[in-house]
Amino acid sequence: MIDARGPRWSAGLTAILLIAALITRSPILIIIQLVQFGIGAFAGPPKSPYAWLYKRFVQPRLSKTFESEDVRPPQFAQFVGFVFALFATVGALTHTWPLFVTASSFALFAAFLNSAFGYCLGCKMYLLGVRLRRG
Amino acid sequence: MQTLALVALVLTFATSFGIWDKRRSGRVTVKEDLRHSVSALEIGSELGEAATVLQFSSAFCTPCRATRSTLSSVVSHYPKIKHVEVDAESNLDLVRRLDIRQTPTTIFLNSSGKEIARAVGAPKRDQVVNALERI
Repeated sequence: MIDARGPRWSAGLTAILLIAALITRSPILIIIQLVQFGIGAFAGPPKSPYAWLYKRFVQPRLSKTFESEDVRPPQFAQFVGFVFALFATVGALTHTWPLFVTASSFALFAAFLNSAFGYCLGCKMYLLGVRLRRG
Repeated sequence: MQTLALVALVLTFATSFGIWDKRRSGRVTVKEDLRHSVSALEIGSELGEAATVLQFSSAFCTPCRATRSTLSSVVSHYPKIKHVEVDAESNLDLVRRLDIRQTPTTIFLNSSGKEIARAVGAPKRDQVVNALERI
């Protein structure tokens, strides 16, 4: 169980970084985001750099009572983000800009929805995924 | 300039989607055709004398917990109505038959187990009270 506000904070930072990456077409920025997603997906969201920033600077200023959530949905979402960021990174490094722009835009859509509305696209897709897989 | 327009487009689209989803989420829609029915055997629990509020949840769904506490507290005021929570993943046949696409989904059943209303997403307290008053 983790503080449910943490993933929303991370999604907000992700959205800002993705906007900056889209505008500047900077491979460095998208690689930073790729690393964030990678650590979140494979080591767990609480181990990611954005989560560290959250615990160090944000959480102490917020109320002590909070909604907790299971770590698996945000971890699954970080993995989905990782896949998109991987395509975006390949696009940026090979100067295949349509690939970079498309992948980054999808990631931005999901990250913005999560931070602004608490909407977790990956979580909603989970049951549909289970229904299909065990068809 | 093109990139800025794209970013604005993605954010506008995400905002519209988020607002639409917030409005829709938890709204109780009344079913006129009564085509779905559920038996006590299928949910592993006796049906309520007057009605049953059947909640589909999944293990790592955060709004499911809020829904559980809303439903059980409202239902406690109606001795002839029962709140039953089932795990969507371990009842996939029922999930497919009732076409449940995400958790939480709440199905309102009449005394003979016919679906008379449904709410997708976490319903608010007064929405549940309104639905039960109609039964």
